[in-house]
Amino acid sequence: MDLFEYQARDLFAKHGVPVLDGDVIETAADAAAIAERFGGRAVVKAQVKVGGRGKAGGVKLASDPQDAVAKAEAILGMDIKGHTVHKVMLAQTADIQEEYYVSFLLDRTNRTFLAMASVEGGVEIEVVAEENPDALAKIPVDANEGVTAEKAAEIVAAAKFPAEIADQVADVLQKLWVVFVKEDALLVEVNPLIKSGDGKIIALDGKVSLDENAEFRQPEHEALEDKAAANPLEAAAKAKGLNYVKLDGQVGIIGNGAGLVMSTLDVVAYAGENHGGVKPANFLDIGGGASAEVMANGLEIILGDTDVKSVFVNVFGGITACDAVANGIVQALALLESKGEAVTKPLVVRLDGNNAELGRQILTDANHPLVEQVDTMDGAADRAAELANK
Amino acid sequence: MAIFLTKDSKVIVQGMTGSEGMKHTRRMLASGTRIVGGVNPRKAGTTVDVDGTEVPVFGTVVEAMEKTGADVTVIFVPPAFTKSAVVEAIDAEIGLAVVITEGVPVHDTAAFWAHAGAKGNKTRIIGPNCPGLISPGQSNAGIIPANITGSGKIGLVSKSGTLTYQLMYELRDLGFSSAVGIGGDPVIGTTHIDALKAFQEDPETELIVMIGEIGGDAEERAAAYIAEHVTKPVVGYVAGFTAPEGKTMGHAGAIVSGSSGTAQAKKEALEAAGVKVGKTPSETARLARELIAAAK
Repeated sequence: MDLFEYQARDLFAKHGVPVLDGDVIETAADAAAIAERFGGRAVVKAQVKVGGRGKAGGVKLASDPQDAVAKAEAILGMDIKGHTVHKVMLAQTADIQEEYYVSFLLDRTNRTFLAMASVEGGVEIEVVAEENPDALAKIPVDANEGVTAEKAAEIVAAAKFPAEIADQVADVLQKLWVVFVKEDALLVEVNPLIKSGDGKIIALDGKVSLDENAEFRQPEHEALEDKAAANPLEAAAKAKGLNYVKLDGQVGIIGNGAGLVMSTLDVVAYAGENHGGVKPANFLDIGGGASAEVMANGLEIILGDTDVKSVFVNVFGGITACDAVANGIVQALALLESKGEAVTKPLVVRLDGNNAELGRQILTDANHPLVEQVDTMDGAADRAAELANK
Repeated sequence: MAIFLTKDSKVIVQGMTGSEGMKHTRRMLASGTRIVGGVNPRKAGTTVDVDGTEVPVFGTVVEAMEKTGADVTVIFVPPAFTKSAVVEAIDAEIGLAVVITEGVPVHDTAAFWAHAGAKGNKTRIIGPNCPGLISPGQSNAGIIPANITGSGKIGLVSKSGTLTYQLMYELRDLGFSSAVGIGGDPVIGTTHIDALKAFQEDPETELIVMIGEIGGDAEERAAAYIAEHVTKPVVGYVAGFTAPEGKTMGHAGAIVSGSSGTAQAKKEALEAAGVKVGKTPSETARLARELIAAAK
């Protein structure tokens, strides 16, 4: 889960990382009082989870409280690379002498954590990495040893921070590491980390991404979710504990196992090339169990998607036998119909694996007018695409 | 022969007395796995009747190894306790730890992986968030259904459980030496490369099927390894061509970030290394079949 800048700033402050005073608002009029508190001047920053907002006009300097309101008004509602600005952060102005870059992240390739640091901050770090790779220090951090004073000094030295601020930067690095570990972050990035006119090191802008697998021990993280921005179908699926991603096609997909569902999306997209370019409408993994209830929940979400024209249920019976899955489908349809929901979209079902014959027989016997069976994954994908193109 | 797991493997189960652990201990026993014990400090000294087989419960992994000679552990404990269970297995220096648990925080996986390294990598770790591995007809450590197919000459390594089952099913008449599900998390123990190396060295394996998915660069690195070190034919499949950028597709590791981790890049890297890559699971099975027929 990626956080907004103001949420990252809050986490930094919580763990003692030096930040400037700031406040987030959704109504432009509220900007005046905050700017007043800062002594009149303020930086007004769009809160969007996408880079390049400065260039897009999403960051503006306000000279007085009245101006802060005007700037907030201009930025709120703005579209930045497809993201609508619903919130702006007002921050104290800073006397920026130098701009640096520091981050901690997961290094998947080497299965360890990585510290990155550069004295060339303030610009996109990908650009620095490309054009001047020597200016970006990359130091592995052992997950169990962490960022000790020695490790922090090593990072500072590798990035060639000036001697007069070395201790301050090392201290900030250790605090950012605490943010990284204590908050179960996958990324903690400060860009820019600045040296102010009075020689202080301050985190001016930050990016934090949190590990959703750690939610069981991070009860406060739920409040950081941007529920307003979530697709309503995705939100409904999440509330039912379903692993669902909304896509922009017409063929609803239900399958078991993340890999098989991803593969199903691909096969449907290929099949769609012969049927008017229809595409998969969603990713939905109902997991190994595939009980009637889970199947019903999944079908309910997918049938509630007005983009969906046909549904492809692609199940490989591994641990769960196909007869149980077939019973699940029959019961799920009955359950939905008993709840008064009109099931009007055709379902193409492909069952394979454990007890496939039995499962197919159950569906044949149930003889539901909307359910069609095809024995192979490729054939079923083709049929579902064809039905979606009608 | 087979890789990592044979008929002689003595298997213990950490978390055996939980519902998932018990269900799969039953299945593993039924498929011929030598389950020699379970580990649960609160139930140490008791035995559990698993369909007529008395399985002893030990307090620690060390005790279970001393009393039974166990060399494999399968871990079913919940995410909050997974790190300590794996660390215990590593400290006991058991040969193989198969971590089935889904939803382990990355900080925990990174921590036990670093711990394994600090202890000299005496324990091979498979997973987390994986279905485990099976050497059909010999032993089954994890949750892969044992009734899909029997033993044969194909080796399979996969990030995905259900795609493992699907490919085993499509090639069920040919059979497998071993099938290893390495898991779809961002940080995993055993990699595609580790399994490729083992299959290359395994005299029983004649062809290798490698299944990847979006996210990370494991497939690209595996391709480089294949080009350099693997002389046996390899058939590949990559899932997630149509996955949008920035969305996690079920597996925590299955996410395209910018231009990195795309299925297209992985397919191209594998093909450049001489791997035949199928467009669908069925086509992948067909390619494997053709290569085996051509070798005859």
